Amino acid sequence: MAPALRLTSITKRFGALTANDAISLDLHSGEVVALLGENGAGKTTLMNILFGHYVADEGSIEVFGKPLPPGDPKAALRSGVGMVHQHFTLADNLTVLENIALGTQPLFKPRLDRNLVRRRIENLASDFGLAVNPDAPVSALTVGERQRVEILKALYRDARVLILDEPTAVLAPIETEALFRTLKLLVAKGLSVIFISHKLNEVMAVSNRILVLRSGRLAGERLTTETNPHDLAELMVGREVMPPAVMPREPGKSVLVLRNVSTLATASATTPLDAVSLAIDEGEIVGLAGVSGNGQASLAGLLSGTLSPSAGDVWLKGEPIGDWSPRAALAHGIGRIPEDRHTVGTIADMSLTENVISERYASPRFARHGLLDWTAARAFALDIMRDYDVKAPAPETRIRLLSGGNMQKLILGRALDGDPSLILANQPARGLDVGAVSYVHARLLDARARGAAILLISEDLDEILALSDRIVVISRGRLSTPSRRGERSVREIGELMAGREVAGVPDAP
Amino acid sequence: MRLEPKPAASLAATFAYPLAAIAATMLASSLLVLAAGASPFSVFYLVAKGAAGSQFALLETLSRATPLIFTGLAVAVAFRAKLWNIGAEAQLYAGAVMTVVLGTGALPLPAPILIPLIMLAAIAAGAVLLLIPALLKTRLGVDEVVTTLLFNFIMLLFVSMLLEGPLKDPMGLGWPQSPKIIAEAQLPRLIQGRRLHFGFVLALTAAFATWFVMKKAVLGYEMRAVGHNAEAARFAGIPVNTVLMKTAIFSGGLAALAGFSEVAGLKGNLTLDLSPGYGYSGIVVAMLAMLNPLGVVLSAIFVAGIFVGADAMSRAAGVPSYIADVMVAMALLFMVTAMLLARYRIRLR
Repeated sequence: MAPALRLTSITKRFGALTANDAISLDLHSGEVVALLGENGAGKTTLMNILFGHYVADEGSIEVFGKPLPPGDPKAALRSGVGMVHQHFTLADNLTVLENIALGTQPLFKPRLDRNLVRRRIENLASDFGLAVNPDAPVSALTVGERQRVEILKALYRDARVLILDEPTAVLAPIETEALFRTLKLLVAKGLSVIFISHKLNEVMAVSNRILVLRSGRLAGERLTTETNPHDLAELMVGREVMPPAVMPREPGKSVLVLRNVSTLATASATTPLDAVSLAIDEGEIVGLAGVSGNGQASLAGLLSGTLSPSAGDVWLKGEPIGDWSPRAALAHGIGRIPEDRHTVGTIADMSLTENVISERYASPRFARHGLLDWTAARAFALDIMRDYDVKAPAPETRIRLLSGGNMQKLILGRALDGDPSLILANQPARGLDVGAVSYVHARLLDARARGAAILLISEDLDEILALSDRIVVISRGRLSTPSRRGERSVREIGELMAGREVAGVPDAP
Repeated sequence: MRLEPKPAASLAATFAYPLAAIAATMLASSLLVLAAGASPFSVFYLVAKGAAGSQFALLETLSRATPLIFTGLAVAVAFRAKLWNIGAEAQLYAGAVMTVVLGTGALPLPAPILIPLIMLAAIAAGAVLLLIPALLKTRLGVDEVVTTLLFNFIMLLFVSMLLEGPLKDPMGLGWPQSPKIIAEAQLPRLIQGRRLHFGFVLALTAAFATWFVMKKAVLGYEMRAVGHNAEAARFAGIPVNTVLMKTAIFSGGLAALAGFSEVAGLKGNLTLDLSPGYGYSGIVVAMLAMLNPLGVVLSAIFVAGIFVGADAMSRAAGVPSYIADVMVAMALLFMVTAMLLARYRIRLR
């Protein structure tokens, strides 16, 4: 029998970069194949080629033995390939039923036979454990429910091969488990699944076979029963990975104190803070765990100075904070690593020099009588490039041309220059290759060692667990009580992330 | 079809693409010239001769380029900060009104004091006219493209009202025109008996000063940062709204100097046809120069040359001088396309 899906020697180049280098893959019916790799390893490019969004430079694709014409998403859909994107493609103003039926109706039959559609949806939902109300508007659904709608949408179109691109990135642990149960039901009915992820534990839990991509090449293939996370991590990064060594610390004075702080919702921080209290001491990393969109952006905005508290008190080094702006935050000695280094952290079309001075260009160090001292600015850029291992041709290079890792090192250098007493590290390692991740972590630990207070916001629980002295969980704009390293199990933290109260947790020390 | 960014443009390509754009402009306009029944070669020759073929033609071109340099700079400065100032025409007239109000004898001062005073007043008037849309943009989120554009019509009708009322020349035989400004308010001619005046020197000075500010000053850095990425600029602590206000003053002031220079250097009084759309042409000039202040000087001379040359050509070859508008418009389209191709490669499928 022909495999459900066969990719033969797919190669895709973007200019000098080879995103996929002769990758071949067979997917059989009733099988979950995990595609594992760092961000930028070429997983998404490969799936976009399969789905017709990109055209491969070389190689061919067969679905159930029939060749798939390149560059034609409609042909991919017709042949039974369905994709659930990392960022959902649903119309918020329509109901679940309408979203699912959208695009499947013939043009000359304007009336939608809702009963027929509803019956099919209900059948699919009960077969695969995808409980969702067909008449609910999508705007009222949780992230997990929206993902179920996306999967239903693909199944409704008779998908036999389902591609899930980083499906767990937006889910709480409980929802992840429900997704995994659904996947097991799908393969039991003979469907095939490609599960894209960079999380080792999930890949181990859900797949039959694992393909590891590394910088565009197939680094290895393993049966899940014959491998272990350590082995996979080595394949992913090409060498052994050492977790950062965190020394125990002496308790210090509080640097930042929030007491009953609330904020108002804004366009960029849609979940406001709700009477949040938190203290961060010097020489301490506090990890903020939580499912994306639960108020992390509000807390980060507060520490960056882009968001003012609407109620409550903020103290910094014992001083109450009154007026609040990015400039005031910088003047108070807060080093800030923003979540989005491409659109907030840097200005893509300006040079390294221009970007590195953006937080302190007005200081006497760089400005005199309204004129900028470009010689001093360039020297500063060279210092940062040397001290923080930023690889770039010259300080005049536009930021746009830097890799994510080098961009982040530049932001790190800018934030840590002048030894800030408080550091906001918002997703500091997201999307970086392993070398850059360990570099960023090491520099944050250095800052901790010299006494900086650090708030680490991350959606990667492993990162939080590895670095934090204390962990707080944010859910719907509220903070859990903090727990010291090792005090709560991953399961308990997961339940807090899903918004459940955990019984028997001690109060804050 | 999609666009993929090219890694970096080579030096040769930086020059080759604009030259190709000019060649494409000439090629496309020859088709129109042929349709009008003339020979493209003789028409282009006549345009070039009319624009730069004699001392008189050259001085005429530079004189026509003077207001375009000011409005081109005004647009370049504003667009650099992504403040979409489409109202240079209104700001030009604001400067012209101020020149007439103060220059027709209200202030009996010697020229070295009077002229700088009028210039400052003109700058202030243009600045105020752009500050209003800028405030509406930053406070209420009103789109400045719409407000600055509509200000052009408001200003033109306001000038019309002034010329029928308080500013009407009693000796003007009923024409809607202001009285002549006094001799102390006039800018000297650069060459006796020719129309090129001291305003051209002021325009060159303004271009150099603008280049200096954009390149070396804190304000220029702030403006570029806000223009490239306002969100990142705000995060870094750059006061985005303040920078936009300063940009409005800078840009509105430059456009107002075009009106000042036309009245004080060339026309001597204010009429409703003071500007044949210099404010709008300033957008073309700035875009052709890719918002570079020194490039604005070259592109203003280029655009002025086509207009002046086309007038002369029209008389000699019988091709309508509207061909100049077509050529300038096509030059802009081809230049913008060439700049896109210089930075991106087009992939079909």
